[in-house]
Amino acid sequence: MKKILSFIIFINLIAFTKAQDCLLEQPPVQDLVQDYANILSESEEQELRQALLAFNDSVSNQILIVTVTDLCGYDKAEFTYTLGQNWGVGQDGKDNGIVVMVKPKEIDGRGEAFIAPGYGLEGALPDAIAKRIVENEMIPSFKNQDYYEGIANAVVTIMEITGGEYTADEYAKGSFKKMIFPLLIVILMFGLVFFIKFKQARRYAHTNNLGFWAAWALLNSSGRSHGGSWSNFSSGSGSFGGGSSFGGFGGGSFGGGGAGGSW
Amino acid sequence: MKKSYIIVGVIVLLILFSIFSIVGSYNNMVTKEESVAGQWSQVENVYQRRADLIPNLVATVKGYAGHEKETLEGVVEARAKATQTKVDVGNLDAAAIQKFQAAQDGLSSALSRLMVVVEKYPDLKANQNFLELQAQLEGTENRIAVERQRFNDTAKDYNTYIRKFPKNIWAGMFGFEKKDYFEAKQGADEAPTVEF
Repeated sequence: MKKILSFIIFINLIAFTKAQDCLLEQPPVQDLVQDYANILSESEEQELRQALLAFNDSVSNQILIVTVTDLCGYDKAEFTYTLGQNWGVGQDGKDNGIVVMVKPKEIDGRGEAFIAPGYGLEGALPDAIAKRIVENEMIPSFKNQDYYEGIANAVVTIMEITGGEYTADEYAKGSFKKMIFPLLIVILMFGLVFFIKFKQARRYAHTNNLGFWAAWALLNSSGRSHGGSWSNFSSGSGSFGGGSSFGGFGGGSFGGGGAGGSW
Repeated sequence: MKKSYIIVGVIVLLILFSIFSIVGSYNNMVTKEESVAGQWSQVENVYQRRADLIPNLVATVKGYAGHEKETLEGVVEARAKATQTKVDVGNLDAAAIQKFQAAQDGLSSALSRLMVVVEKYPDLKANQNFLELQAQLEGTENRIAVERQRFNDTAKDYNTYIRKFPKNIWAGMFGFEKKDYFEAKQGADEAPTVEF
């Protein structure tokens, strides 16, 4: 009896220390990068977050990256699209959300990855293409334990395809110039951040009766956008480039499309 | 004199109230029935999507495993049967849904037999075209699961609505009938046996 009891306590301890709570039953966490499996460093997370945020602001497609250690007993496909549906990733009516799920390989299990587009992006990102992205962009890097590279490559490709940069057909043919588009996107994002900062500086200069360049220098040296109250610190979500923040998931709907792979 | 006025007034009020309640619940029933019908066409869409993938799949498999004639013909036949089985949206009763489901399940099992056969052909399994068809097929099966689930949810919502008192009286009067659900596939709880 005692043995059984201690066994049960032991099992519970493992369950509590190791596994996260089942994500599907939780209210949406309004963040585009959620690394529950701890495979990304803080700066890597921040980088992805900024890229996704800029993408969300410019194209309005929402890409959620989530890494987990536990699929709550579902298979990877069902887990991913159910999460997208329950949390409402994407805009209502447009259904333009995408969930990228990665479950890292553990000693005694397989790694799983799945990309699920919402209803509205099933045409832009068909299952066969999602499968190719997982097989070609993610899994080779994941096999080398380089999770950031795999996720970043996949996300860049998804952005190119769903942002109208080029169509899924072109990706399948491999006829695009692989280097130029990521570069363009990076330039675009830098441009966006720069533009927002420029606008802020101008406003700051105007309200404080400063020259533009003085305001620019002041804003950049302080590293945080002025005008916010001190209580902002308590939210602790880190500063986003240009001071924009994620407005939240919009209630997009998922129909079960997408594809994934294991390694 | 005064008393009868009050009685007449109360009766008129009661009649008005029940008319409004009937009109309101009738309109709600129509809305809910329409969303069940809409969801049903979603279900048919995803099944159709699967049927549309099959000619391509069969052609690809044929290129590598031409002498698995029996299995391939089984798939083609089951597909023909499944696409022929149409359900009248206005008549979603148990028998109609069961018939539809039986035809689609026939196609599912023919497909899973094909996938077992395919395991014997490593060349086919490495074929890019086949891999993508497989991804599409898997995605479609997921979509089918989702749409069936949503159909059951909308049907349940509608059924709960029309069966509650007093709406069940109006539902009976206007001929709103209970919709049936999709049930888990017969034998879905048994894992398929793979022989080596």
